[in-house]
Amino acid sequence: MNLALRDVQHNLFRFVLTCLGLSLLMAVVLAMIGIYNGLVADALNIVRAPQVDLWVVESGTKGPFAEASKVPPETRDAVARLFGVAEAGSITYQTIEADHAGSTLRLYVIGYERGRPGGPLQIAEGRNLQQSHFEMVADAKTGLALGDKMRLGRNRFTVVGMVRDTMNSGGDPAVFITLADAQVLQSQLAPAAARVQAARGASMSEQATVAAVIARLEPTADAAALGRTVRQWKHLQAMTQAEQENLLIRSVVDKARRQIGLFLGILLSVSAVVIALIIYTMTMEKLKQIATLKLIGAPDRTIVGLIVQQSLVLGLAGWGFGLVLILAIKDNFPRRVVLEPLNVAVLGAIIFGVCIAASGLGVRAALKVDPATALGG
Amino acid sequence: MAQGKGEVIVDLKGVSKHYGEGETRVDALRALDLSVQAGEVVALLGPSGSGKTTLLNVIGCIIDPSAGQVALDGEMVFDGRWLRRDLRRLRLDKIGFIFQAHNLLPFLTALDNVALVLHLAGRSRADAQARAQELLDYLEVGHRARAMPALLSGGEAQRVAIARALANSPRIILADEPTAALDSKRAGIVMDLLRKLASEQDACIIAVTHDEKIFDRFDKLFHLRDGRLEQDDTIQAGDPQ
Repeated sequence: MNLALRDVQHNLFRFVLTCLGLSLLMAVVLAMIGIYNGLVADALNIVRAPQVDLWVVESGTKGPFAEASKVPPETRDAVARLFGVAEAGSITYQTIEADHAGSTLRLYVIGYERGRPGGPLQIAEGRNLQQSHFEMVADAKTGLALGDKMRLGRNRFTVVGMVRDTMNSGGDPAVFITLADAQVLQSQLAPAAARVQAARGASMSEQATVAAVIARLEPTADAAALGRTVRQWKHLQAMTQAEQENLLIRSVVDKARRQIGLFLGILLSVSAVVIALIIYTMTMEKLKQIATLKLIGAPDRTIVGLIVQQSLVLGLAGWGFGLVLILAIKDNFPRRVVLEPLNVAVLGAIIFGVCIAASGLGVRAALKVDPATALGG
Repeated sequence: MAQGKGEVIVDLKGVSKHYGEGETRVDALRALDLSVQAGEVVALLGPSGSGKTTLLNVIGCIIDPSAGQVALDGEMVFDGRWLRRDLRRLRLDKIGFIFQAHNLLPFLTALDNVALVLHLAGRSRADAQARAQELLDYLEVGHRARAMPALLSGGEAQRVAIARALANSPRIILADEPTAALDSKRAGIVMDLLRKLASEQDACIIAVTHDEKIFDRFDKLFHLRDGRLEQDDTIQAGDPQ
C-alpha cells in the first residue's frame, strides 16, 4: 500500500495546482538555461557560419565582432595568394533598423562576395543570392517571407531565401546581401554630414572598406603560421577560428552570460526554497496522521517513504510539466531558446537532489513527532 | 503462554513518571500499581492533568516510566533491553488504540485504514484486505468499506477505528474517550461491543473516559488523583442498565 500516492490521489486537485506552480517555476529555469545557451549559440553561429579557418582584421582591433574593423578590400587578394589558403572572401557586418510593413526591424546585415566564403551556411527555403544587387537572404526571425520586398537605405531588396537561427550575439536576426550592396548601404547610412558632403558633389574621403577578410585553408595548412605571416604586414591582424570564437565568448557575450548565469543560480535557489517549503508544509499538515501512524506501529521507513516519495513525485511532475511547457512556447521567445538534452537531464538531477534535501526537513519534523500527540491530552 | 480469563495482561508495579527536575518537577504518576486481567474492561477517571493520558502512554509503550515495572502480556518492558523499534513492534502486535477523534487516515478508505495495520504487521495485501473486510462486516460497517473517512458518520467512523484497533488481535486495547463523539445510545452500543470483543478475544480494555452514562459498562473504575490510582467503589460498575 503506497501511502504517498494514496495521499496524492486524495488531495489531487491541490497537488496538481502545486505541481502547476512548480512547473511554471521550472519552465522559467529552463527558459533561462535555454536563453543562456541561445546567447552563446547565436554568438558562435555567426562566427561559424562562414566556415573559415582564418580571420584577417584591422591591426590593433579585435574585430569584426568585439570591435569595429576596417580593412581595404584588396586585402582579400593578398590573403588569397598566401600559400595554404584555399579561398578567401571579404565580409562586412552592420546593424541597421529598417521599416517594413508598418514596423521597425532591427537587422544584422552581412555583406559577402557571391561564390566566396561568408554566405549563408544552409538555405532553409528559397535559394541563395544569384543577382549582384538587391536580393537578400533573411533569417526567419526577421518575420520576412520569401518574395517580400523591403527598403534598406535607398534601395529595395527582395527576399529570395530564408535561413534559420542566424543572428548576432544581441539577438538581431541576420540578412545576407552582396558585398557591393552592403558597401553602398554603409555609405548611405553614413553620418548625416558625410551624406550632405556627398550630395554637394564633394568626393568621399574614405574609400569603401570591409570588416574582415576570411579564409578557408588547405587541409595541410597551419593556421597559426599563416596568422603570423599576416601579422607581419603590420596594418593587419589575424586570428584563427578558435581564437575568434574564444574572443567572442570572452569579451562580447561574457557579461550577458555571467548575468544570466547568476540569475539562473538565483532561480535555482528560489526553486530549492519553494520545493523545501512546499514539502515542509505538506508534512506539517500531516503531523497528526504521522503521529497516528507511529502510534499504531508504522516503522520510520513508512513515514520517511511517505514524505520522500511525495517530494519526488512533486519534483518530477514540476520538472516534466515545466519541460513540456517550455518546449511548447520556446519558439515564441524573442531570443533563441536552445535546450540541450544534457541541460534538461542535469536540471532533473538537480531537482532530484533538491527534493531529497528538501524532504530532509520534512522527514526531520516527522521523525520528531511524538506518537503521544495522537492521543488526547 | 496459556491464555484465558484471569490471566493478568497488564501489570504495573510502583510505576512513577515525572517531568522536569527541581522546582519545575511535575509528578504525573506516583508509585502506581495496576493489574488488569484478560476480558476485563477498566475505566480511568480523573480531572484534566491527573495523569490519565500519561498512564495510557506508559501502558502503550510510548513513554517510559521514571521508575517501576511494567509487564504487558507476560513480557517485562522498559527493562533496558527494549529498543524503540521493539516497542513499536510490540504496539503493532499486542496493543490496539482507539482515539477520541477516530484518527482514521483521511486518504485511505475505511477498508484500507484497517488493512494498513495488518499490512504493517507483514500480511499480504489480499490477506489484509480480506481480514479487514471480515472485521468491518463483524462490526456492521462492511457496506461502508470503500467509503473515505470524511463520508462516514461519527458512529461508523468509530466502528472502523475499533476494527483497526482489533485488526492484529491485540491483547490490550487502549481507548481514549472512545464515546466522547457519540450520543448516549451509540456510546452504549460501542461500549457493549467493546465488552463483547474483550471477552471473545481474551483482551483487556483500558479506557479513559468522562462519560458517566457508560460507567456501568466497566468492570472496574479507577480514579487518578495527583498521579495516584484509587479504585472507585462508590460507582456501581459492571452492571449495565
